[in-house]
Amino acid sequence: MGGIEEFMVRTNPGVDPHLSVWEWQIPIYLFLGGLAAGMMVIGAWQELWGRGRWESRLSVLGALAALGALSVGMLALLLDLENPQYVYRFYLAFQPTSPMSWGAWILLLAYPALALWALISVNGDALESWICRFAFLSPLRTLRRAAAGWSTAIRLVVLVVGGALGVYTGILLQTLVARPLWNSGLLGPLFLASGVSGGAALYMLFRGDRSTLSVLLKWDVGALVLEALLLGLLLLEKMSGTPLDRLAAATLIGGPYTGTFFGLVLVGGIAVPLLMEALELRNPQRHALFAPALVLVGGFSLRAVLVLAGLATGFQMVANA
Amino acid sequence: MAKEKRLVMSVDTLRCVGCSACVVACKTENGVPLGCTRDWIVEETTGRLPHLAMELRSTRCNHCEHPGCVAACPTGASHINEGGAVLVTHHKCSGCKACMAACPYDARYVHPEGYVDKCTFCLHRTADGGLPACVSICPTKALTFGDANDPGSEVSQKLRARKHKVLHPETGMSPNLYFLI
Repeated sequence: MGGIEEFMVRTNPGVDPHLSVWEWQIPIYLFLGGLAAGMMVIGAWQELWGRGRWESRLSVLGALAALGALSVGMLALLLDLENPQYVYRFYLAFQPTSPMSWGAWILLLAYPALALWALISVNGDALESWICRFAFLSPLRTLRRAAAGWSTAIRLVVLVVGGALGVYTGILLQTLVARPLWNSGLLGPLFLASGVSGGAALYMLFRGDRSTLSVLLKWDVGALVLEALLLGLLLLEKMSGTPLDRLAAATLIGGPYTGTFFGLVLVGGIAVPLLMEALELRNPQRHALFAPALVLVGGFSLRAVLVLAGLATGFQMVANA
Repeated sequence: MAKEKRLVMSVDTLRCVGCSACVVACKTENGVPLGCTRDWIVEETTGRLPHLAMELRSTRCNHCEHPGCVAACPTGASHINEGGAVLVTHHKCSGCKACMAACPYDARYVHPEGYVDKCTFCLHRTADGGLPACVSICPTKALTFGDANDPGSEVSQKLRARKHKVLHPETGMSPNLYFLI
């Protein structure tokens, strides 16, 4: 038997010749959401159980950066919606089978958790000076006093919500079974690992002292190693899977996204910064910003490649392979 | 007790000539916007020269029993209607397009008004006992629509009498668009 060739009279925009309904907005959100998740996980973990020094200044900066990242990311999501005026519909329903619905509610939890985390981590004097300048902030003083007794619980919530935020985007893609590149349980952990590596990299850009930097380097090296392992397993799974899986893997290896995948994700985003940071572990340098910058570029590229390449994969590939 | 309705459609691939009358009828009946379509024709050629075989299929949303699109929808806009037809409530649809990424048949498109649109089995006609526009126009009678749980319905009889297949059964979505082969 020979091949199968399909000819189809259909030209729906964004659907044909292959699905392309998601553009730059989704990778931007996945990247920024991942960054926020990584910063929440690292900061809360360090404060709860971390060994080594951790500056509370970093928690405040981390919480504020995560709030900013989430806000910009959600704006990108809003720009992606075809009917943005119905965005409130996400909060009139909870659909347990839809990871996107879970995500909407996780995002809603993340905001107060991050705000409280920033409030309990901020230096009391700094808060007072802000209150002196802006009197309307004075309720924060009472809120901080009340929240102080719940600091462990707040950090635990930040850790759990951060973990959920980091992992759900991968599960969201995984459950869309019509796109073979995404159908893997490895995607959730991969996105979390990538978020943690990006979160550590962003913390490094805040230039903590040398012992804090040493802690962050360990987080980043660990997350990058895990990310490389998970990506390797994902490729192995796809390359050894069904014909559809193999065609999906071919979009990354020998396909249109190969250059970006190898150049910006595997080499530039993982291998090079991993090597630099592993060497730097012996002697942390406060001004070594190149490796963290590469990690951030790699984190965004990973999302962009997986979203755009994955979207283009589908059952139509088998027919005309 | 009578079984619940299960609305299905069969496409006789031995009768379909790919004339696209179903496509035109659907666009006219449902006011489908220019450049978009809810149903379409697939021409599949298999084999190797000189032993080639061609199959023509009029295709549309498969109104799956376990639809991935409904599972993926975060707002509940995509839902299963009485009888099993998969529909989109326009004013609940935020246009996130998760359903489009979840559909193995790529049967949905974004309507210029912002919601995701697809075949409805012409429920505005079939609710009153009529036929979908595509079925009623088909000049070769290749399309049959009806209740698969009614043993006396024409579609049930055809599915009992003829060999048939569904597309991508491996997804586990249990599609309700049958192709008689």
